[in-house]
Amino acid sequence: MSEIILRARGVTREFRAPRRTLFEKRTVSFALRPVDLTVRTGSSIGVIGESGSGKSTLARLLLGLDQPTSGVVEVAGHAVDAGASARELRWLRRAMGVVLQDPYGSLDPRMSVGRIVGEPLWALGIGGDRSQRVREVLTRVGLGGVEGRYPHEFSGGQRQRIALARAIVHRPRILVGDEPLSALDVTVRAQILELLNEIRREEGMTLIMISHDIGVVQNVCDEVVVMTDGDVVEQGPTSDVLGNPRHPYTKRLLAAIPTI
Amino acid sequence: MSALARLWRIPVGRSALIVVAAVALTALVSLVRTPFDPRRADAYAAWAPPGWPHLLGTDGTGRDVLSLLMAGARITVTVAIGAGLVATVIGVLLAALGALTARPVREAVAVFVDILIAFPVLLIAMMIAAVWGGSLWVVIWSVGVGYGVNIARVARVELRRVNRADFVTAARASGLSRSQILTHHLLPNAAPVFIVQLSWSMAAAVLAEAGLSYLGFGAPVTQPSWGLLLSDVQDYITLHPTSVLWPGIAITLTVLALNLLGDALREATDPTLARGGRAQAHTPEVIA
Amino acid sequence: MSLIVDDLSIEIDGARVVDRVGFEVPAGARVGIIGESGSGKSLTALAIMGLLPDGAELRGSIRWEGRELVGLSERERAPIRGREMAMIFQEPQTALNPIRRVGAQMTEAARIHRGVRGRRAARLATELARDVGLPSPETIVSAYPHQLSGGQRQRVGIAAALAGQPSLIVADEPTTALDVTVQKGILDLLAGLVDDRDASLLFITHDLAVLAQIATHALVLDHGSIVESGEVDRLLSEPEHPVTRGLLRDAKATLWRPGGPS
Repeated sequence: MSEIILRARGVTREFRAPRRTLFEKRTVSFALRPVDLTVRTGSSIGVIGESGSGKSTLARLLLGLDQPTSGVVEVAGHAVDAGASARELRWLRRAMGVVLQDPYGSLDPRMSVGRIVGEPLWALGIGGDRSQRVREVLTRVGLGGVEGRYPHEFSGGQRQRIALARAIVHRPRILVGDEPLSALDVTVRAQILELLNEIRREEGMTLIMISHDIGVVQNVCDEVVVMTDGDVVEQGPTSDVLGNPRHPYTKRLLAAIPTI
Repeated sequence: MSALARLWRIPVGRSALIVVAAVALTALVSLVRTPFDPRRADAYAAWAPPGWPHLLGTDGTGRDVLSLLMAGARITVTVAIGAGLVATVIGVLLAALGALTARPVREAVAVFVDILIAFPVLLIAMMIAAVWGGSLWVVIWSVGVGYGVNIARVARVELRRVNRADFVTAARASGLSRSQILTHHLLPNAAPVFIVQLSWSMAAAVLAEAGLSYLGFGAPVTQPSWGLLLSDVQDYITLHPTSVLWPGIAITLTVLALNLLGDALREATDPTLARGGRAQAHTPEVIA
Repeated sequence: MSLIVDDLSIEIDGARVVDRVGFEVPAGARVGIIGESGSGKSLTALAIMGLLPDGAELRGSIRWEGRELVGLSERERAPIRGREMAMIFQEPQTALNPIRRVGAQMTEAARIHRGVRGRRAARLATELARDVGLPSPETIVSAYPHQLSGGQRQRVGIAAALAGQPSLIVADEPTTALDVTVQKGILDLLAGLVDDRDASLLFITHDLAVLAQIATHALVLDHGSIVESGEVDRLLSEPEHPVTRGLLRDAKATLWRPGGPS
């Protein structure tokens, strides 16, 4: 059994809703109830849920972009303190790469593709020939030679490739995708999915895929976590959970999916 | 295509840019040479109509109007740039404080800015001048602060909007610190808004200086401000009605040009307009 | 009650985005248009509704109940739109006016085109809310859009489309922005309502699986042209054109298969 690369223990996140009047008591809503997650090196785990399930909140917590209200997130054995300075968190940022959902919002419109993709390298103080690495990684995602162009010149699918290039340029051990395919056309989705799979296998990366699209998760993940309303209701190997769902929500979810 | 090139393509932008450049150039040239010494009074040539050698005529004391206008351009440019600088620095500072800090700080800054905005700039300038005497510094600082807070209010919203973008989240995940995100991502993306506001602030500064100098609260009498020129000739408006034309046109044209430049800049710096590539479809459900 | 589109072409800024499209939607039928983004499917729908953006040039014929729609002025068009045909949009977020209560928005078409007013309008709103399965119909009509969930807003959109009692409903990707469980409810609702009211449905989507749930016949659009058309069952089991085959293949690559991954 390979080592544990990421672990969440009893992680919760509360949000305080803004007061409507000055004297009303602050209402607390739970975006996430205690979650336990264990991810082993080289595995691929999918987090399935509809909107409001808390999956994006969980993603932010695992990425160290948000501080849990209670519980702890550990990456490679070290506890993550999301409130620490950027410098102190470099080790975490080096270990993880992320591809976000909106291809039109995740690339700075005023920066060239080369600068965008190379940003993690200089931010994390990674040495070596940076422009060479940028070229390499862009070619890997099928967009060789576009370093000088700007995001608006590309389609949604191409932008996600650029985002993927940025996510792997610093050779992270864990790749996190927060609904990376949701905004894409079905043809493009298939292509990006294939690319993701290839890269993951080549680099031996661990993949955490957040999605509301069960088909995508089924095609890419060995393990699956099903969430609704801030709770994890079921988790286990994909074939198990999707082939033989136990929890009523999982069953309802699967029944609702239109099939061909 | 750069923003400047795009600006040039907009007819209004092109004209405004030319006028503004002309004023700045005039100011520069006047440092070296003007047709006549603007201070030279020639009693025999008083109230000369436009012609030769006084291309725009002379005023009541025989001073060459064209030279006066050229020298006055220096003051216009100084005030515009000075107030613009002050406004920008204050604007950026307050906007950043109001957008990127912790909630209590943000809210305090917002209230502070809103209070300052409530004060009429010209009134404050006059009050300060009444106590400490009028000078160009009074104009620069009062307009600078007055418009600085305006810029802050607008820019704060823009900064917050940009801060919410996914590419900022991605930058954090890439290891950038907050200040790095500010300089590399937030300010460049909010810059168009700043630039447009700056242009409008400069227009306001020119107008304010003209008005305050006219009222006696701005440039000291020894300096050839356009506003002072107006006040000089105003007593003779019934006798020599065209004399107010020249400083009036200079002020109007400059303020108009700066205002229109701001408008054109807004259009020129809009990232959704194709910059050599395909225009973004912002409403995917309409474009098939 | 039928729609016949013949040789329809649309040009925007000189580019031909829809090229000689022709199809028919007979009374009571459920026809789908499937294609990727940029295939021209939304523009075709907008052309039928007379809602093309300024600067779009239209050529060809759109006949609704024997009447030619191409070339009609806006004044002549407006009564047809809303009373005889209605549209449901993709984004429940932006299709509703955020500062008006949903009840008023639902009955707008009826108030404008069928002269329904006052108390009758209020009753119609409640009725419509009930028909589309909104919870607490009497009270929900006074709610504002932001107080409803995405699925509920889409139901409001459907209700608004039905209010004028149209004979043709054009739905432009109405479930794309919704969760899968919500989507199922909406598709079932739409199918039921269309059948109950004997209306025709033109359903636009990029998702083959969704198409399979709701349409009996479909056309496949690629870069503005129809590449294949026919019964949906046939398209899914024996696709002929490479584009259709590609859509099917890509859909299967990302689709959930009951019983787990193969």
